[in-house]
Amino acid sequence: MGILLAVGILVPLLNLTVSTAHPLHVSTYTMTLLGKYLCYALLAMAVDMVWGYLGILSLGHGVFFALGGYVMGMYLMRQIGDRGVYGNALLPDFMVFLNWKGLPWFWHGFDGFWFAMLMVLVVPGLLALVFGWFAFRSRVTGVYLSIMTQALTYALMLAFFRNEMGFGGNNGLTDFKDILGFSLQSDHTRAGLYVASVIALALGYTSCRWITTSRLGKLATAIRDQEDRARFIGYRVEDAKLWIFTFSAILAGIAGALYVPQVGIINPTEFAPLASIEIVIWVAVGGRATLYGAVVGAVIINYAKSFLTAAFPDAWLFGLGALFVMVTLFLPHGLVGMARHTYFSRKRAPHAGT
Amino acid sequence: MPALEKIRAFWPRDRVFDFLIPESPPELDVTHGVILYLEGITVSFGGFKAIDHLSLYIDDGELRCIIGPNGAGKTTIMDIITGKTRPDAGSAWFGQHLNLLKMSEPEIARAGIGRKFQKPTVFENHSVADNLELAMAGDKRIWPILMAKPSPTQQDQIEAIVETIGLKTKIKAPAGALSHGQKQWLEIGMLLMQNPKLLLVDEPVAGMTQQETERTAELLISLAGTRSVVVVEHDMDFVRSIARKVTVLHQGSVLAEGRMDEVQNNQAVIEVYLGEEKCSALKN
Repeated sequence: MGILLAVGILVPLLNLTVSTAHPLHVSTYTMTLLGKYLCYALLAMAVDMVWGYLGILSLGHGVFFALGGYVMGMYLMRQIGDRGVYGNALLPDFMVFLNWKGLPWFWHGFDGFWFAMLMVLVVPGLLALVFGWFAFRSRVTGVYLSIMTQALTYALMLAFFRNEMGFGGNNGLTDFKDILGFSLQSDHTRAGLYVASVIALALGYTSCRWITTSRLGKLATAIRDQEDRARFIGYRVEDAKLWIFTFSAILAGIAGALYVPQVGIINPTEFAPLASIEIVIWVAVGGRATLYGAVVGAVIINYAKSFLTAAFPDAWLFGLGALFVMVTLFLPHGLVGMARHTYFSRKRAPHAGT
Repeated sequence: MPALEKIRAFWPRDRVFDFLIPESPPELDVTHGVILYLEGITVSFGGFKAIDHLSLYIDDGELRCIIGPNGAGKTTIMDIITGKTRPDAGSAWFGQHLNLLKMSEPEIARAGIGRKFQKPTVFENHSVADNLELAMAGDKRIWPILMAKPSPTQQDQIEAIVETIGLKTKIKAPAGALSHGQKQWLEIGMLLMQNPKLLLVDEPVAGMTQQETERTAELLISLAGTRSVVVVEHDMDFVRSIARKVTVLHQGSVLAEGRMDEVQNNQAVIEVYLGEEKCSALKN
């Protein structure tokens, strides 16, 4: 938490006030990259809530992330106005290109920032609620549920690839100009978005911590370990699963909404099944069922990915693969588990010596 | 103004609409002295009749043992009572008013039926105290448990139960670190936290030492009277030590019922048990 706060204040400050020549200067590129990692961290935390604490291996959390991103993208598209390639004030470029005459009904209202922000919460939340209601009520568990979540993300990917859906087809939504009237290209806006990501992560962490330490959190772990027992002592297991799943989906949606203005594009590849599986890997590498583990895992893997793609463009996938294999084989509790283990054994060592 | 009259007739000031009346579950009513009625229960799994026209009545405050050879349907009965399995035919009532066949598992648990599984099932990653806290009777909807803080009374209750089940020194230890017998005890403790009217206990002394078995017997006997206890057990010595009334199941229906010495001298019971011994003797 303290680290997060320090990073949250220092990085934008070093970016904006320190001159470019100074060795402590943080480039806008680095800051945007860090902001991206923070969004991933929030996403990883959302997955950790359902997988680590509740035992539902969701291989489709990319859906909620992408939906949050698309909602944000729609708002940003509407902000372009007549500055698009076709100069059409009424329709986004891709609709002009498709010869559409009017705005589809589901694009209405996204001119308003607050409406769009509300939708960032509502759209992923509603999908999770409906999906979860059917899945949990019919007691689908384990690998079957994982497969269903994969199917969900795959189905939505195919749907969003189609131009007729009205979300830009395979190009997605891009070429954004500004947010709330601030240009997305300016360093100040980027710093603002970065700070917003830090705040979102901090708030997300606090609320997740609050839930996991409450009796509901204890129930969640209880469901993970002994679902039948929880049911027979009188808990409606389905409800608990449904609400935590929905909460997690909303977190993922927020992460997606913050991600899109920072990277400047959203397209259907975010729905790819592989993307969702990757999130689970971040959590596994960082350490399951520890919230900061998910954050650490997401940041480290994505940093490694950025570094390796630059350093070994041909071999980076092997490096990443090796990292996963090593962690699965030697660190069953992830990096955080290892750190904790060495910390405790060092603490115990002097006692053992005397 | 007939329209206005109609509206007035529809909406008098003191009218209470049906949907506004809060839905309160009917109270457990044991005025007739019987807490559980099972009548004509039939369950079949793919053609095989696990339970065949079984009728069973448990009195309020009674301690009942159910015995029977493997596959006699003992665990299936527990599944039916707790709502895990739905029977093909028959009826199951808890007290006079609660129809168990129309209730979900959590509803049944909240109505006051607690169940201990054959294999000890506790939440291994939680401490003993947390296990008991989770099992505690109270509002178990999502929002209340998100806000819940154990009150001093509840803390006392947890401590009292911990004392009863003899795990006082292990209150902070994770349940996974307990021995087999201690897990069984913890599970019984969790049942007690629920404050149930009817306890279903499946093989409570499996894997326990002699001493632990004796303490379990004492505990179960002390519980009977204030609540009803149904024990399913294989260990005949244990059954003999606690049983007032025994029900013998065989192939999904009641073979005999009565006091232990009566049952033991029942010709049909002897045949079933001796028949099995003969079979196993032949195999050997």
